[in-house]
Amino acid sequence: MEAAIRFEHVNYSINHLHILKNLSGIFPKGKITTLVGPSGAGKSTVFRLCNGLRSANTGKIFIHGKLITDYHPVDLRRNVGLALQSAPMIDGTVLENLQLPLQLQGKKLPESEAKHLLQLVGLDNSFLHHHANDLSGGQRQKVSIARTLVNRPKILLLDEITSALDRVSQQDIENLILRINEKFGTTILWITHNLQQALDVGDYTWVMMNGELVESGKTSLLESPTDDRVREFVKGDGTN
Amino acid sequence: MSYLNLTLSLVFVLIPILLSKTLNLGLEKDTVIAVVRSTIQLLAVGFILHFVFNSKNYIYIILMIILMIVAATHNARKKGTSIQGITWKLVVTFIFIEILTQGILLGLQIVPPTAQYIIPISGMMIGNSMVLGILFLNRFTAELKNHQDQTELILSLGGTPKQAVHNQLVSAIKASTIPTIESQKTMGLVQLPGMMSGQIIAGADPVQAVQFQLLVLFLLLTTAVVTAILLGFLSYPTLFNERMQFLKERIQSE
Repeated sequence: MEAAIRFEHVNYSINHLHILKNLSGIFPKGKITTLVGPSGAGKSTVFRLCNGLRSANTGKIFIHGKLITDYHPVDLRRNVGLALQSAPMIDGTVLENLQLPLQLQGKKLPESEAKHLLQLVGLDNSFLHHHANDLSGGQRQKVSIARTLVNRPKILLLDEITSALDRVSQQDIENLILRINEKFGTTILWITHNLQQALDVGDYTWVMMNGELVESGKTSLLESPTDDRVREFVKGDGTN
Repeated sequence: MSYLNLTLSLVFVLIPILLSKTLNLGLEKDTVIAVVRSTIQLLAVGFILHFVFNSKNYIYIILMIILMIVAATHNARKKGTSIQGITWKLVVTFIFIEILTQGILLGLQIVPPTAQYIIPISGMMIGNSMVLGILFLNRFTAELKNHQDQTELILSLGGTPKQAVHNQLVSAIKASTIPTIESQKTMGLVQLPGMMSGQIIAGADPVQAVQFQLLVLFLLLTTAVVTAILLGFLSYPTLFNERMQFLKERIQSE
């Protein structure tokens, strides 16, 4: 199985707090891998390391076979897109938010392309000139995903993007991610607290606890976990 | 003014002390300390200036300016402890301000190259630059704290550190320089500037006093804008490492 991302004995600490402990594992290329585990397990830190917002203290991370530190940070971040749970927006319209990634490169996203992106994430063109502050939680998440897609990342990191949304919006976004994965062959890593969602959308799953990778493999492992801690976690429906 | 007259003016110190005591404001101790300190400091400066003006030696002028820069740096650096190497950044800023303003003033022969002009103008410029520096560092740190998600958003999309803090930098530069610009709009209508008032009281021609005051106001505009921009562009790179990662712990530990 070809790895889009490979972790080898990765450790990460901050302020004497050991957040990731000797983490080793892969995220398969072109697949959707869900990351599940209790809060504080280190899932978001994995994303920050992959996107280059943080660096491991020890160990190695490979992106498409190349050591992460061999990438220029700007190139790395354009190739490994990150959509955050809070979906932060810059002060401006939806169009201005969509134009941000190219604006950072001194280029301009044509309005027609922005409309196409909105359609892709299931938003009407009329949203283009709405102020970002006027959007609902679900709409913000969709704009945030569309904005991340502007850089055409090969790998997309989604950090609990549906946790604050109602079921209909959640399903909308699940379908959208499946479409993106299918259409562009994008490798997708998705942190979720919703085990049913992990089962519905994931090809593979990482179960993390207390900074360690406890179990990983095909998502069906959640239906019959071998590790006692994972079994307990699944029994609690991922909420413990 | 005679020393007797100066002694009589202490009545203006007694008024706040009596009011503070009557109303239990607790300001007596600080008022007395402020009066004693300002009296000693100003009298000392008066005697030093008297000596420097009479000696006509440039070494003393340079020493005075170094002393001003050291004092201004010591005062302003407390507000920028989250910024690595803030002491030297402030020193560079104050030296740059001094060279820029004096270079233009003396180069264009706007004022004569004597201690009588160089020292008071340097004091006003460095002092103003210090206040601006404190205002800027306060605002810039607050902006960074309040907009951490924006900074990380721009970095995560492939922006550079400069792009990631651009808005915060501009806000802090604007916020710290606006008071200087705004106060000049009402100058002469609401308040008579201290230097001009001092000159008039000392018997100078009011028109001449206005001319010098205008010179100082124009200089203050340059000082304000250059201080904020220079300090901003010297400061922001220390908040990122070589992998273009935002070191937010530095801001949070403030």
